[in-house]
Amino acid sequence: MSSKSKSRAAREQLRIVIVGHVDHGKSTLVGRLFHDTGSLPEGKYEAIKAMCERRGMPFEWAFLMDSFQSERDQGITIDTSQIWFKTRKRDYVIIDAPGHREFIKNMITGASSAEAAMLLIDAGHGIQQQSRLHGFLLNLLGIRQVAVVVNKMDLVDYSAHRFAEIRQQYTHYLGGLGVTPDYFIPISARDGDNMAERSARMEWYQGPTVVEALDSFHPTARPTDQPLRLPIQDVYKFDDRRIVVGRIESGRLSVGDRLMFSPSNKTARVSSIESWSTPSKPVEAQAGQSVGVMLDEQLFLERGEIASHETDAPIETNVFRGRLFWLGHEALKVGDSYELKLMTRSTPVTVQKIERVFDAEDLSERAAVDVPRHGVADVILRSRGLLALDEGRDMARSGRFALSDGHNIVAGGVVSMEGYPDQRELVTMKGRNIKRVAHGVAVDARTARNGHMGGVLWFTGLSGAGKSTIAMAVEQELFVRGYQTYVLDGDNVRHGLNANLGFSPEDRAENIRRIGEVAALFADAGMIAITAFISPYRADRQRAREAAKGAFHEIYVEADVATCESRDPKGLYKKARSGEIAEFTGVSAPYEPPEAAELVVDTKKLSVADSVRKVLDYIDRHIALKGPAKTR
Amino acid sequence: MDYLDQLESQSVYVLREAFNRIEKLAMLWSLGKDSNVMIWLARKAFFGHVPFPTMHIDTGRKFPEMYAFRDRYAKEWNLNFIRENCPPVEETDPTLPPAARSAARKTLGLRTAIAKHGFTGIIAGIRRDEEAVRAKERYFSPRGDSGQWDFRDQPPEFWDHFNTDLPPGTHLRVHPLLHWTEIDIWRYTEREKIPCVPLYFAKNGKRYRSLGDADITFPFDSSATTIPEIIAELEATRTPERAGRAMDRETEDAFERLRADGYM
Repeated sequence: MSSKSKSRAAREQLRIVIVGHVDHGKSTLVGRLFHDTGSLPEGKYEAIKAMCERRGMPFEWAFLMDSFQSERDQGITIDTSQIWFKTRKRDYVIIDAPGHREFIKNMITGASSAEAAMLLIDAGHGIQQQSRLHGFLLNLLGIRQVAVVVNKMDLVDYSAHRFAEIRQQYTHYLGGLGVTPDYFIPISARDGDNMAERSARMEWYQGPTVVEALDSFHPTARPTDQPLRLPIQDVYKFDDRRIVVGRIESGRLSVGDRLMFSPSNKTARVSSIESWSTPSKPVEAQAGQSVGVMLDEQLFLERGEIASHETDAPIETNVFRGRLFWLGHEALKVGDSYELKLMTRSTPVTVQKIERVFDAEDLSERAAVDVPRHGVADVILRSRGLLALDEGRDMARSGRFALSDGHNIVAGGVVSMEGYPDQRELVTMKGRNIKRVAHGVAVDARTARNGHMGGVLWFTGLSGAGKSTIAMAVEQELFVRGYQTYVLDGDNVRHGLNANLGFSPEDRAENIRRIGEVAALFADAGMIAITAFISPYRADRQRAREAAKGAFHEIYVEADVATCESRDPKGLYKKARSGEIAEFTGVSAPYEPPEAAELVVDTKKLSVADSVRKVLDYIDRHIALKGPAKTR
Repeated sequence: MDYLDQLESQSVYVLREAFNRIEKLAMLWSLGKDSNVMIWLARKAFFGHVPFPTMHIDTGRKFPEMYAFRDRYAKEWNLNFIRENCPPVEETDPTLPPAARSAARKTLGLRTAIAKHGFTGIIAGIRRDEEAVRAKERYFSPRGDSGQWDFRDQPPEFWDHFNTDLPPGTHLRVHPLLHWTEIDIWRYTEREKIPCVPLYFAKNGKRYRSLGDADITFPFDSSATTIPEIIAELEATRTPERAGRAMDRETEDAFERLRADGYM
């Protein structure tokens, strides 16, 4: 290879997107940038000139990238385009993104692969709707290097005052998002002012030109120092090798490493890294590489599993919050189902809740029942099986997702697990050699002696809904009737069995898991176990239901937050509102009401006595053998 | 990982996605430098194998050197090779300019081949830097039931989540080389020692930069006889790659019309 070609290969490349409101001059800026840096292909200037003359219009730089006839005829960019260009410092891929509201999906397509952005604002028209939305979306897409370019300064007589005004307004707006732009640059793209050369018409401006600003940005470093994430793309068996393939999205791996696959939680060791036509067989690989590995055990693995090391494994959950941009034609609604695309995994999810919808105009939030087209919102998504994922703010790939309606992608978003526990510890069977021992005493014999079946009465509801009050009264009544019964509550569980657990989301989930297992043992022993815990997550209650097999009775003690807060028997809501208690269910942490409880007791409408009676009626019908209205 | 490794890794990712998600897949082989690199990348992705057919849509008007190259490497690379004919120029859209009509034969040939074999995915070696209409392409691009491209309403594509589920009767075009440039192709060809048709190297002071049908493709003045010389020449030039391809610029929108109708 010649020394000259080597010098070019060593040059770094930066991907930069140009965004902003329609007609603020994005395509013009790109055209002018090409011209001023001597990057225009031969004959292109003449070709554009001819296109403009044919339309009887003045020379239009935008025609460099507006390659569709309809774009030129309407003078509007429809789809995103990419073009290569170089400064003395390095090579660039310039991504032109449309600024018209209708083409947000194309703007996102373009901007999603950029490492830095130039956001244009028309000096005359000032900040417009898409100027704000694009700033908002850049932040959501994770683009942190931003130069704001105030264009068409010629139309405001190169006014320093007007520039300062826009700068102040837009700095304020971006500040609300936690974004600080690197530069504000006044330019006239059409005439080349402050593009490659400093403008003599704006001597009041001391900052960098557009080219200088570009050259000051940094390429995104590949996340080689983050935890290993290798999503499985496929498993090949073209010859006698069984090769697991995928791209390392973060971290590194070496031959000999023990990998854990989530969510199946299988493990195996890397016995080799396979390759074709490479100078030597690799022994390690890192973020960015598409690899193929062979394992020392023949695990059954499917596309969508994520390989990591055993420490630093991803979060496992079946529910998460996504801050998403919605591109679907129809509004996103609670109860809708979509295909979740999370790295290489595709699985159905349901919209459980829309927490808040953002207004990109003033960054205000509001509660809403649906998310309109082009809206940005926080939504809770739930899947049937477990997902392996990461916090979006920590991990660029494994913390981001897309939704598809079966044909097209309709949303993209960033994962937030705030208030939701990692369920990994709850589902991992650590003891591998445990076998169940069959009991000598039959279930029927216990039932016959007790006069009732064993069971778990699982009370769930907000703090202050009346769970403990009703549970204690029911226990008292059953005891009087001669039932074997016992209430599990915070007092008798937290001090002993669960004394080693705190109040983090993970510890809370583990607390409920243990209670579910203990209650199931009580039921198996023929007793009626009554539990009175908020147990806010459906996943936790589902596990308790599975533990108790057929003997689980979910009783939703229903009362809304306002009602519970007005009762506030222990003063907890007051403490939660003042911030003294963090992550308090109903105030600062979610409560997921049951979808199909066996019994609902509405304590807003029913008195304590009526509530207790309703539960006893249910027991008579479903658990007692000699009750007044026994059905089976 | 150097720059070429990154380009390679992204293409391998796209090829593996296509192979996993698309049932009946074929790769187009135009015999040019780009599709040779593409076949090479497939062998990288699939560890020496190309697990789908490679298809040449033959206009019958290629240069003899191209046919010789094809016959040799179809065997040497152990390809599952398919050759399909193109219909005569009379069957193309008569409102297109002459060279574009000639090129449109390939669109018709491809359409027939897709129907005949029932392909649901076609891998094509186009690049964004070749031509401004191609610069707006997606990695996975849905096509209508007769192969047409609805470029006014392309689906979103981000974070390497591709639109791979498609309605019946339609197919996907997959573009694993979309992010490569002409110089990248040559650097990679040099590094990997990938064979190519000798017409790319100067003979009697002329060479071809882009290869098409012999009657509508023209050589230009060059003294580059090795790949490093070609790279040095490209670093200095401002002439576009497809300047020798007559069909691109007979009218302002000739190439856009070709592509909208299903041209690669």
